[in-house]
Amino acid sequence: MAIQRAIAAEGKVDAGPNWLLRDLMGLAAVLAVAGIGYLLFPNNLALLTRITAIALLVLSLDLVTGYCGIATLGHAALFGSGAYAAGIAAVHFDITDPFAMAAVGAVGGAAAGLLAGAIMLRGRGLAQLVLSIAIVYLFHETANKASNWTGGSDGLAGISPDPVFGIFGFDLWGRTAYVFGIAILAVVFVLLRLLVRSPFGMLCRGIREDPVRVSAMGASVNGTLLRMYAISGAVAGLGGALNAISTQVVGLDSLSFTTSAEALVMLVVGGTGSLFGALVGTLTFMWFEDFVSAINPFHWLTIIGALLIAVVLFAPNGLYGTATQLLHRVWNKR
Amino acid sequence: MNAVFQVNNLNKSFGGLTVANGISLSMEQGDRVALIGPNGAGKTTFINLVTGHMPPDSGSVALRGADITRLGPTARVRKGLVRSFQVTRLFSDMTPAEHVALAVLQRTGRSGRVFGNFGAMPDVMAEVSEGLKALGIDHIANHKVSEIAYGQQRLLEIALALALKPNVLLLDEPAAGVPQSDTSRIEEALAGLPDDLAVLMIDHDMDLVFRFARRVVVLAAGTIIFDGTPQDVAKDARVREAYLGNYANARSSV
Repeated sequence: MAIQRAIAAEGKVDAGPNWLLRDLMGLAAVLAVAGIGYLLFPNNLALLTRITAIALLVLSLDLVTGYCGIATLGHAALFGSGAYAAGIAAVHFDITDPFAMAAVGAVGGAAAGLLAGAIMLRGRGLAQLVLSIAIVYLFHETANKASNWTGGSDGLAGISPDPVFGIFGFDLWGRTAYVFGIAILAVVFVLLRLLVRSPFGMLCRGIREDPVRVSAMGASVNGTLLRMYAISGAVAGLGGALNAISTQVVGLDSLSFTTSAEALVMLVVGGTGSLFGALVGTLTFMWFEDFVSAINPFHWLTIIGALLIAVVLFAPNGLYGTATQLLHRVWNKR
Repeated sequence: MNAVFQVNNLNKSFGGLTVANGISLSMEQGDRVALIGPNGAGKTTFINLVTGHMPPDSGSVALRGADITRLGPTARVRKGLVRSFQVTRLFSDMTPAEHVALAVLQRTGRSGRVFGNFGAMPDVMAEVSEGLKALGIDHIANHKVSEIAYGQQRLLEIALALALKPNVLLLDEPAAGVPQSDTSRIEEALAGLPDDLAVLMIDHDMDLVFRFARRVVVLAAGTIIFDGTPQDVAKDARVREAYLGNYANARSSV
């Protein structure tokens, strides 16, 4: 027992309270930023809700890319599947309760994750990256062709979710959608923080570093990755469903290559493998995009490009990753 | 006492090149066997055939009397056939405590849990500190592997293998790359391996082999040419020929 306490006292990895504190601080930060956003931009809640939905996509991408080491340019396939699943459930099956729609979105995303994962895990490295691009194009084309179900290139319209708890309607101001989205994000964030510290999360991190070592420990590499893909799909699907609920329409862009690539960019901007970085990256990128395109509608893409180059050159571990590194250095010097 | 590990007549060839030619080997609980042989003798091939990374053309491998020839590498590990690597394969981002914990969790069927943390599992924590202490690396339990010395990484490699509670342990050059000053720590670790464990060690370092092994097996050109005590191996004419012949060939090819 004494040894156990000595190890726990000296180290940072297994000292539970320390981590819990960090998670709670993270949760508090999410809620604080959400609250500030609500107060500062009451007329722009639609954008904030979209940021929340995309944050779920980027969190989900962090699970497979940051924690498992799988580079993918097709992750929006899972996001879009969740969006279409929720939208189709509402339009064609009359499932209009927002919680039920979110659940359908999560299940749809998880199913898409299983399918995409089963294909992706056949390849390694560049081949895997190419497979991910092929997958998102196939999903996109399927949604485009199945226009009876999806509305094709016109988008799936006519989604009208019920009020939350039968009280808070999804109005023009988007207050309900925003609070609903932030609630989902907060719960998902806490659950994922628990997930990445669990034995399963540790196994995934091991696979990222050396799959051969993990299989030499008797664990199934592909089985573990496929499971993580399903979980990641559920999170992305929740994001998609949130987007469908808040905008009341699902478009083909929700499962596009562009959305996939942007999600990866956001993750790199924020920093991989911490979940905090995913949130920081999404917020920074989308806020900056909105801000720059408003002040200079002609050259905003140039400015975005410059931001990316600056981040990659000066903060190679992403904004969050580099910031924590600097803090650690300062801390260790004291 | 029945054989805990039995290799029967393993054959493998690539086209015209035979890399394993009728290899048979049997080990009992507590055995300390060293597998030696000149470069290119087929030692790595033998490990790959036995661990299931390469299918044999014919022959069989049995663990505790059960045929495992058809099982994949991970299934063999779960049955108790564990190996270490010639070049350490560790997770540079994780700590020794996390490594051993992961092995314990995997062995006890808890590595798939999506909640909880090993720090809050007293039995895992106890095994972690015990396992690290047995190899004298408990003081660095919470340092990142990328920050610890190579000799300590090699010890962790052994701790990791032992945490899987194997019946048969294959050690692939456990002291490779370790500075001379640290090899005594590795030797101590090898001397302290559990008594009931059957250990097969591959190594070039003859000092280490003679101190560790109670039985030496010599492999040359995919065939076992000697299987006996360390005292006899140096006297064996065929062994000398295999090594000297190899040296002679190497010289003439320069």
